[in-house]
Amino acid sequence: MGKERLALSFKEKKQAGENLFVPYIMAGDGGLDILEERIQFLQDAGVAAIELGIPFSDPVADGPIIQEAGIRALEGGTTLAKVLETLQLSKEKRSIPIILMTYLNPIYKYGVEHFAVACEQAGVDGIIIPDLPMEEESPIAAVLQDKSIAFIRLAALTSPKERLAELASRSEGFLYAVSVTGTTGVRATHQSEVKDYLQLLKSYSTVPVLAGFGVSNAEQAHELSNHCDGVIVGSKIVKLLHEGASDEVSALIKGSLKKQVHQ
Amino acid sequence: MSLLTTYTMPDATGRYGNFGGKFVPELLMPALIELEEAYEQAIKDPQFINELETYLKQYVGRETPLFHAAHLSQKLGGPQIYLKREDLNHTGAHKINNTIGQALLTQRMGKKKVVAETGAGQHGVATATVCALLGLDCIIFMGEKDMERQKLNVFRMELLGATVQGVSQGSGTLKDAVNEALRYWVSHVEDTHYILGSVVGPHPFPKIVRDLQSVIGKETKQQIVEQTGKLPDAVVACVGGGSNAMGMFHSFIEDLNVRLYGVEAGGAGIDTNNHAAALTDGSVGVLHGMMTHLLQDQDGQIEEAFSISAGLDYPGVGPEHSHLHVTSRVAYTSITDQEALEAFQFLTKTEGIIPALESAHAVAYAMKLAKEMQQDETLVICLSGRGDKDVEQVKDALEGNYNG
Repeated sequence: MGKERLALSFKEKKQAGENLFVPYIMAGDGGLDILEERIQFLQDAGVAAIELGIPFSDPVADGPIIQEAGIRALEGGTTLAKVLETLQLSKEKRSIPIILMTYLNPIYKYGVEHFAVACEQAGVDGIIIPDLPMEEESPIAAVLQDKSIAFIRLAALTSPKERLAELASRSEGFLYAVSVTGTTGVRATHQSEVKDYLQLLKSYSTVPVLAGFGVSNAEQAHELSNHCDGVIVGSKIVKLLHEGASDEVSALIKGSLKKQVHQ
Repeated sequence: MSLLTTYTMPDATGRYGNFGGKFVPELLMPALIELEEAYEQAIKDPQFINELETYLKQYVGRETPLFHAAHLSQKLGGPQIYLKREDLNHTGAHKINNTIGQALLTQRMGKKKVVAETGAGQHGVATATVCALLGLDCIIFMGEKDMERQKLNVFRMELLGATVQGVSQGSGTLKDAVNEALRYWVSHVEDTHYILGSVVGPHPFPKIVRDLQSVIGKETKQQIVEQTGKLPDAVVACVGGGSNAMGMFHSFIEDLNVRLYGVEAGGAGIDTNNHAAALTDGSVGVLHGMMTHLLQDQDGQIEEAFSISAGLDYPGVGPEHSHLHVTSRVAYTSITDQEALEAFQFLTKTEGIIPALESAHAVAYAMKLAKEMQQDETLVICLSGRGDKDVEQVKDALEGNYNG
């Protein structure tokens, strides 16, 4: 469970010669009753872990696709408490690591310690909080540490080297390398400095480095994975699942996994 | 007169007691650190202070008068009431005190572009104005509901050369405009400064905006002593995010004999869900980079705020107000839409001054407070803005067409 399960899953994928692929889905988009089925589907498609978004009314780090998915989930009555209950019910059947991505306020309202206990009981392996910088993280970091839940930090292209080094040394499970200067969403190309940034993070980090934000196709996944350990794909997957295009999701994942020898 | 405590908030981490901080994506942290450094250097630089003061005097029109509202005082039969005339500033509200300072900071940081949010349009106009003055590119995010309520302000901003971007997400009001402005800033942070319009958001914004607005209280303190020979007994200001109130209160915090009142928007009433009174009826949480009092549900989802006044229509409040609330240094209360409309008309007829609907909330509470005060006491109202922008909406409301 927790950090160990994440590390094991990543190790297995890497030993099989694959890029790490972590999809993001919005919990409750399409209803919480299909969550277990979606997790199973993604697990079968060969992903290394699943990032599960908790909907929030004011998601400032997210672009339009994830905002809209969050609104659909909230309109369907999704709450952090219900997501944790749903995860707990399917805990025994699930082998794929689950990472919760939630803004701070739902955790704060739920109660920070209560949240850590509920995550452990629900079999949550890692946590990502996009609006919690290092300066404010100590109360959360302490309770997650007690539960052995991986506290995944986000690095940014705007961060100076000292901050990148510190973020890399603190991050658990993996280091989330935000690879655009902007919000989540589908983008055609990545900035040229991304390669240097990812290589720098690789040199600092003892955990895998995954690139995310703006990754929407297998070509980008390969290009980025050449400089780090893999990618996180959110908006594109949320969009395809909403459109019912699960075949395209499978194709995107399968197309991204294999290491490319030639560029 | 007493000077019992030394008030030094915020601390080095941007906290006002338990409130404030900087809860933002890592992408924005370097910009906040840069802003804090640039600001701390600027306020120690005589050249910057001189430039700011020159613009405040010659462009904004400071100092603004402190007016003894003799007729209002007489009609209410209580204390002597004084109006701090922030409505007489260039662009018609206190907002420009902040935007001129932040625009000069933008230049100092070598940035050429500005993004801002606006509710009523006052901050948007004040931002577009200083951008026109200093030759900065300007994009303003404004909720679509607010654009409808404040059409003329939209046109004003466009005349001033700003791009006004409508925001349809959420309630289409100020909260959603802040979200979009933050998203825009995340994507353009390297060449763009975000001129936040109130004492909200991540540190150092609440401090910078308070400091730039504190000219209101500094002038008031000097003027009231000149006119009456003593400090006021009570000071009243309206609170949405709370920038005019913080600017007014800051100079009086250590004067414990001066009673301070912050007036939130009570909308249709605190007992309904349709209000904007985050301190009166909210709970502590994190939104827009700050820990503060918020209107939110039991799952931590932010609720929509409601007020007849677009400038108070915000589900949060500045973190320093949260601190002054829990320490009971300031008494926070609320005024309904109906009471604000009545005060709007009463001040207009009594003194020939049309207040902004925001400021009418402060007037309405002062009218209640006056009943409990003596004739030899003094009460200052921060008249944060003029009401010309609200005349059409008030007309609709009085004709029975207002439905929030």
